Order: sequence, then structure tokens, then C-alpha cells
Amino acid sequence: MKDAQQIMTATQMNEVLHDLAEQIVGRHPQVDEVALVGIRRRGAPLAHRLAEKVGALRGRKIPVGTLDITLYRDDLTTIAPNPVVHDTFIDFQVEGKVLILVDDVLYTGRTVRAALDSLIDYGRPRKVELAALIDRGHRELPIQADYVGRSVETREDQIVKVMLKEEDGVEQVLLVTQES
Amino acid sequence: MATKRAALKRKDLLGIEPLSVEEIHLILETASSFQEVAARPVKKVPTLRGRTIINLFFEPSTRTRSSFELAGKRLSADILNFTASASSVVKGETLLDTVLNLESMAPSIIVIRHPASGAPHQLAGACKASIVNAGDGMHEHPTQALLDALTVLQKKGSIRGLNVTLVGDLAHSRVARSDVLIFSRLGARVTVCGPPTLIPLEMERLGARVVFDMDEALRGADCIIMLRIQVERQTQAFFPSIREYFRWYGLTEERMHQAAQGAIVMHPGPLNRGVEIASEVADGPYSVILDQVANGIAVRMAVLYLLSAGRG
Repeated sequence: MKDAQQIMTATQMNEVLHDLAEQIVGRHPQVDEVALVGIRRRGAPLAHRLAEKVGALRGRKIPVGTLDITLYRDDLTTIAPNPVVHDTFIDFQVEGKVLILVDDVLYTGRTVRAALDSLIDYGRPRKVELAALIDRGHRELPIQADYVGRSVETREDQIVKVMLKEEDGVEQVLLVTQES
Repeated sequence: MATKRAALKRKDLLGIEPLSVEEIHLILETASSFQEVAARPVKKVPTLRGRTIINLFFEPSTRTRSSFELAGKRLSADILNFTASASSVVKGETLLDTVLNLESMAPSIIVIRHPASGAPHQLAGACKASIVNAGDGMHEHPTQALLDALTVLQKKGSIRGLNVTLVGDLAHSRVARSDVLIFSRLGARVTVCGPPTLIPLEMERLGARVVFDMDEALRGADCIIMLRIQVERQTQAFFPSIREYFRWYGLTEERMHQAAQGAIVMHPGPLNRGVEIASEVADGPYSVILDQVANGIAVRMAVLYLLSAGRG
């Protein structure tokens, strides 16, 4: 049995993204150096949306890239047979930029660790920051987000499921509880 | 949510023959993703850090061995190169003993090239390490066929329905056997052409059309794969002379007119210019021979990665 509780609606998600965009602009009023990098899969569409909002607030275009971290994971021996490797797509110079990593859910911090390793292979950004739509706690590494959309209290056996229209056809966030 | 979770459900890569169409597609898709690594400032990912890959070559090879070596290095594995001429093999050690000794060094993967058909299959049963066939006798050379398929896919967009023609020494060529298998499995119409002495009977059973006339074989071809004439084997007189071979089966600029618009020419190397292929063709606009070499690294990275994922 699974129990899925909706913790965010499409409207709320949009508001939270807008709020994240304002936080980013608040910290970097001159957004010229800012570029967003979404972590595949669901961080990628979020990064594009966030870049549009930041761009609209400042009237300029913000570069966006996407990062596939499959090759940098620390669990190659244990994950289900073959995780599919997707393309990483960063078509701007990362040197000197303030890169903001974007992910849907911040949990153990291992994804972010892998993303940081991967980013360094593309060059030396001036600064790397982290934005997450949802911070659900339970960190296993010393990693914190600079921009958090919403903090959610969770138990480790629960799953926070972010659904986006680009990937899932619907737009909502669910808190799924596995009932024994 | 339809996340695709295809899997390479095998310990070893011994040939194209045992692979399903889905597995071939998985390897090719993974290889396309790995091409991006070659375009980065730092051409290395940490995926296979701490793993050991042994390259065990009992036959001379530059391209394949260095391609496997670079593929392993770009995945951060440790590579041990081992050539038969500089080993205890010359002192009479058997293949199995050699490999069992190497296996006690705890490699994750052993890449082997051997003059005997089936040698990798024998080792696969005896070893815990994954075995990758880098060419066994006159049998198979699966990573070459995979890189050929990737090259055609990139140049032509799809393989289904294409006319693929292989010309040359099909009898002694493991590349030919693997190529015929992969292209017919992926839905191409495969034609093989060469002197009758160099076309084995089994080609038709593998799904190829056999043609002895070069112009007929080239008519409408979208992709022409020229095979190397093994000049060193010419003591056995499979054809009267090199010059006569070139006249009947050499790929010249003039013969290219028979092929389809936008046809591509491939060759697994090393080239014998003026024997199976004229220089104008090898260096011409339709030649994708150097793309094949670049794709070889990506394909081998994909194979090493897919055989390692989910295993200790």
C-alpha cells in the first residue's frame, strides 16, 4: 500500500520558483555572471524555468546548462543494472561565472557532491551555489543549499516526488509513504 | 513515468551474435553520450576509479589496443597492457594458465585478442572477470561492428532500410562477420562482394546477399565497408595478383558513381592503398574512416561501463 499526499500544487510550485528567482536576484543584483545548471533529470527543466524568471526580473538572458551525473555517482556497484547515461550540455564558458546548481529535491547531498565533481571538469567557476525546490533533510554529507524553495519534514522511508509537466505530464509534488 | 531501464544482462561481450537488438541500441546510445566526454576540457570521468582492466593481446594491434586503453583511461580505470610476445607465453604457458595468473591480480575486465576463434568464450567460463572479445581468429570483433554501426547511425540518422555493402576478404575477416550480423539485425539490407574464393558459404545464412560483381554490389549502396586484403596471406593464392584484385574489387572514384547519393565509405584499417581502396576514395569526401576511429573510443567506453555497472 502506498499513501501519496500532495504537498504542493502547480500554482504553489510556480510561486516557490518565483521566490527562488527573487532570492537569486537579491544576492546577485548584477546578474551578468550568473548561469544556471540543472541536474538531470528534474533539475534540468527547473533550471530553465528559473533562468526565465531571473532573466525576466533583470531583463536579460541567463545561460542554462544541464548536467548528467551518472558517471560521477558513488554507487556504481549497487545501482540497478545499467543507469542510462545522458548527455551533459553546457555550451558556455564556466570560467569566472557564478554557477547555480538546480535540483528538485535536496536529500542526502550525494547527488550534489557528484555534480560538483562533474562541474570542476568543465573549468573553474568563480563560485558555485545550490538551489533546491525542496529540502527534505537527512543529509549524509556536509552540503547545504543557498536557496531553498520549501523545507519539508520527512521520514527516511518516505519519498518526495516532484512531478513536472515536461517529464511527467502533470505538475505537483507528492509525499509518498510506503505503508507496511 | 516511463523511465527507460534497459540493461546489458551479461557478464561478457563475446560477439554480436548473442546480443539482442535492445542491447545493441543500449550500447550505441550510451556511446553517443560518452562522445561528449571527448569534447570536454578534462577528458576523463571518475566512473571506473579503482578498477583494473587488462588488455591481453596475442596478435599485433595498434588501433584496437590503444582505443581500449584510452577508453579505460577516460573512465579512470587502471590499465595493464600485456602482449604475448613479451610474456611467459613464449615460454610455453597455456592460455588458461596465463589468464588465471592474471586474474589473481583481481582485474574487473580482461580485453582479449587471440588468433584462435572461440578463445574468449573459453576464458569467459573460467574467469570471474568480464571478458571482452577484441577479435578472435576469424570469428568476431564485436566492438568494431558496434563502432561501425554508431558511425552509420550518426551519418545517416538510422540504419533500418539502408543498403550496406561489404567488399573484400570475407573469409578471413572477423570484422565482416560481426558487421553482417549487426547491420542485418538492425534492419539494413546487407550485400557482400568479393572473389568467390574469399566468400564463405555461411554469408547467406547470416542474412547477406552474395554478389560477385563489384558494380552490381555497389549499385544503390548507402554505406560501403571495404575490408582489408590480408596481403600477408597471399601465399595461399586466393586470387591471381594484387593488381588483378584491385582491377576487379578495388574501390575507385569511378566506381563510387554506382553508389547512392551521399554514400559513405568505411574501412576498419589498416588501409592497403591501391589494393582494396584507391587513395582518392580513402581521402575523399565520402570517407568516414577517421570518424570510425573517434567513435571506437566512445563505443569501448560504453562497453566497459555497461559491463561494470551493478558489479563489484
